[in-house]
Amino acid sequence: MRHLKTVLGLVLTAVMLFPVYWMINVSFTRDTAMRKSPPDLLPLDGTLDGYRDVLDQQLPYLGTSLVVGLGTVALTLLLAAPAAYSLAKLRPRGGGVLSFVLLIAQMIPGIIMAMGFYAIFLSTGVLNTVPGLIVADSTLAVPFAVLILTTFMSGIPEELLQAARVDGAGVVRTFVSIVLPVSRNSLITVSLFAFLWAWSDFIFASTLDQGGDHQPITLGIYHYIGNNNQEWNAIMATAVVASIPATVLLVIAQRYVAAGVTAGAVKD
Amino acid sequence: MQTSVRPAAATPGVRRAARGRSGQWAAWAFLAPVVLYLLVFYAYPLYRNVELSLRNYTVRSFVQGDAPFAGFGNYAKVFADATFGPALWHTVVFTLVSLAFQFTIGLALALFFSKSFRLSATLRALFLVPWLLPLIVSASTWSWMLNSDSGVVNAALGWLGIGPVNWLTSPDWALWSVIIANIWIGIPFNLVVLYSGLQAIPAAVYEAAALDGANGWQRFWRVTFPLLRPVSAITILLGLVYTLKVFDIIWIMTKGGPSGASTTFATWSYRLGFGNLVPSFGPGAAVGNLLIVMALVFGLVYIRVQRRQALT
Repeated sequence: MRHLKTVLGLVLTAVMLFPVYWMINVSFTRDTAMRKSPPDLLPLDGTLDGYRDVLDQQLPYLGTSLVVGLGTVALTLLLAAPAAYSLAKLRPRGGGVLSFVLLIAQMIPGIIMAMGFYAIFLSTGVLNTVPGLIVADSTLAVPFAVLILTTFMSGIPEELLQAARVDGAGVVRTFVSIVLPVSRNSLITVSLFAFLWAWSDFIFASTLDQGGDHQPITLGIYHYIGNNNQEWNAIMATAVVASIPATVLLVIAQRYVAAGVTAGAVKD
Repeated sequence: MQTSVRPAAATPGVRRAARGRSGQWAAWAFLAPVVLYLLVFYAYPLYRNVELSLRNYTVRSFVQGDAPFAGFGNYAKVFADATFGPALWHTVVFTLVSLAFQFTIGLALALFFSKSFRLSATLRALFLVPWLLPLIVSASTWSWMLNSDSGVVNAALGWLGIGPVNWLTSPDWALWSVIIANIWIGIPFNLVVLYSGLQAIPAAVYEAAALDGANGWQRFWRVTFPLLRPVSAITILLGLVYTLKVFDIIWIMTKGGPSGASTTFATWSYRLGFGNLVPSFGPGAAVGNLLIVMALVFGLVYIRVQRRQALT
C-alpha cells in the first residue's frame, strides 16, 4: 500500500513535470527533427546547437538579468528590513494603516503600474535603463518583503531586545546587531523571492526596457520567439538556462520556499 | 498555521508610557524609507495612470505635457468599443475556469500528499517547479507543445485518433489553451496552501470520526471539507485577485488573439498602451483602471474574510 502511493506519486509528478521535460527535450532536438511528426520523445540524436546559440547570443541578456535581480534584492532589503523592524517591534502609531496599504499594494495589476511608470520614466529619462527597471521590479517584492519580515520579526522574543537595551544599545544598534542576525532565515527567504521575481519579470521589461541597450533574459526569449526563423531548440535552451535560478532556489532553499508560499506568497 | 500575512502592527502588548514621543520618532524614522517609496513608486504611478485615463495623450504630448483634458471620454470610448464585451467575458471565463481547476486539482493533490509516504516530501517539492519557473519559460514551452503541426499535444491526440486541434490559431481554442497553461502554473500554489491547511487539522478529529464509523468519503465531506473552509476561502480569494491580472501567459502564447479570441482586460490594456505603433495611452489606462477596481473589490473581500478568521 505504501509503495502503491509512491508509485502513484511518481506518476503524478511525471505528468505534472512533463512540460519541463519537454522543454529540455526540445532544447536538444536538431532543427531537422523539429518538425517531425510524431516528435521524438527522447533526444537520442541530440545536438548542443541550441546551447551554442545561448552562449553566442544570450550572455548579455543573462548578465543584465543578474544585475537587475541583485539590484532588486539590495533595494528590497534596504527598504523592507527597517520598516519591518519598526512595524514588528517599535509600535508606530498608524502602523496598522501602513500594513493595510501594503496588502492592497500587492494586488495592483502589473500592467497598471507599468503604464504609470512609463509616463514617469519617459519624462525623467529613466526609460530603457537598468536602474529604472530595478526600481520597477522592486515594486513586485517590497510589500511582500515588509509583510513577511514583520511576521517573522514579531516572533523575536521581547527579552532579547530588552537585554540589548539594558546593555545600553539604542534602537539602531539593537536593529543591526540583534534583529538582523536573528532574522537571517527570513531575510534569505525574502531575497530569494525578490531575485526570482525580478529575474522572471516580463511586463516591466517589455514596457520599460523595450528599447534599452541592456535587456533582461525574459526579453531575450521574447525576441527569439518573435523572430521568424523559429529556432525552437535555441528558444528552449534559453528557457532552460533561464530556469536555473528557480531550480537552484528549489534545491538549496526548499524549506524557505515552502515557508514563503504558506506565508501568503504572491506571484503575478 | 499561517496562510497569509497579517498586519502585525496590531501585536497585542503593553503599551509603554515611558517610551513616548522619542519612541515614535524612532519608529517612523525606520518606516520613512518605505513610506517615501510607496508614495513615489506606488501612489504616483497610480495617480499618473488615472491622469492618463482622463486626458488625450499622444507620444508627443507625453513629452510636452500638454495633453488636452478629456474627462471620462476615454472610459466612454472603452465601454463603446467592440472589444469590451468579449474582453470582459474572456476575463471572467479565464478567471473562473482557471480557479475551479486549480483549486480542485490542488485540493486532490493536497489530500494525496497529506499522509506522508516514501518520497512524498521530495515529490511535493517537485510540484513547486511550475510555479517557480519564469512565466515566459512556461508560456513558450506550452506554445510549442500546443503547436498545431509539430506540437506534442496534437501528436498524442493523433495517437488516440483525435484530429489535430489548432490550439493557438483557432478562435475557438485559443482561450482554452491559455487557460490550460494557467491552470498548470497555478496548481502548486493551491497545493501548498491547502496542504498546510490540512496539516493544521488535528489528527484527533479524524480518530474520533473513525471511531464513529465514518468511511473515507464521509470523513472528507463531514470533517476535512468544513474544517478546511477558512483556508479554502483565502486560497480562492487570493487566486481571484492574482488570476484577474494574469498578463504574461496570454500575451506570450496568443497576444490575445487570434482576432481577440483570448483578449482579457489585462492584455487589452497592454495592447492599447504598448502593442500598437500608435499607442492610445488614454483608453489603455482606462481599461487598466477598470481592472484595478475589479481586483480591489475581491482584494477587500479577501482582507475582510482574513481579518474575521484572525479574530475567531
